[in-house]
Amino acid sequence: MSEPLRGVIVSHAAVAQALLAAVAAITGVHDALVPVSNDGCDTGALAERLTRAIDDKPAVLFVDLPGGSCLTSSVRLARGRANVAVVTGVNLAMLLDFVFHRDLPPGDAARRAAEAGSRAIRTPAA
Amino acid sequence: MSIALYRIDDRLIHGQVVVGWGKPLNVGFIVLVDDAVRASAWEQELYRMGVPSEIEVVFASTEEALERLTEWERDPRVGILVAGDIDTLAALTANRHPVSRVNVGGLHHRPGRSERLRYVYLSDAEASQLRTLAARGVEVTAQDVPTTPPVPLEDFT
Repeated sequence: MSEPLRGVIVSHAAVAQALLAAVAAITGVHDALVPVSNDGCDTGALAERLTRAIDDKPAVLFVDLPGGSCLTSSVRLARGRANVAVVTGVNLAMLLDFVFHRDLPPGDAARRAAEAGSRAIRTPAA
Repeated sequence: MSIALYRIDDRLIHGQVVVGWGKPLNVGFIVLVDDAVRASAWEQELYRMGVPSEIEVVFASTEEALERLTEWERDPRVGILVAGDIDTLAALTANRHPVSRVNVGGLHHRPGRSERLRYVYLSDAEASQLRTLAARGVEVTAQDVPTTPPVPLEDFT
């Protein structure tokens, strides 16, 4: 069996770290996700952090916003790499789904996570 | 209106520019001056992705920016011009061009630079470049987002 996918959460400030802590608290899974913050980074420094986080392994990058420095660095890094996929709009629901489906190819895992994340966005009647 | 903000930021178009400044200024267009981005349709698409469709994004080389600066200054919409380094903004302030204020919004750590503010790292040569800009009559301050006070040049160079 091939190595399970790694999830890299790419965010502003401490969002990535907080999401990772929440996933670990809910699932008990501690080894599936790596947090990367863009704090204090120019484009080059963020690319270095992402490269270290991916560590040349198959990965899905979960980016907080669909634009900006986290996204541009992530897409640049994923460009031309079949084993790295990018999802934007990261939320807890998509990460909870992802950690239990890390055996998929990166593109499929990214699409599945995006669907799980979308399904969690609702406006329940109060 | 005109260009309300001339910004030096090595992240170019990102959240602080689009949301932090763009919302309160109600910007209608953002000019990204960068020779490499101007030459790459793929890079342009990447930067455009973070900008709401109602805001126009203009990509320009430094040379094109010099030619079009007066046109942008006369635009009835509010604009932001962003460049990734001091050299580019310095070029736009040369000669008779109407840049009177420059915002240093983000220059991050690289070898040879030292921390001047949390979001501004400069080499001695870059600090000197900014002082030269100021000596030309350009008001240079550092400010990452509009809710923080601008930091005068003498406090970070």
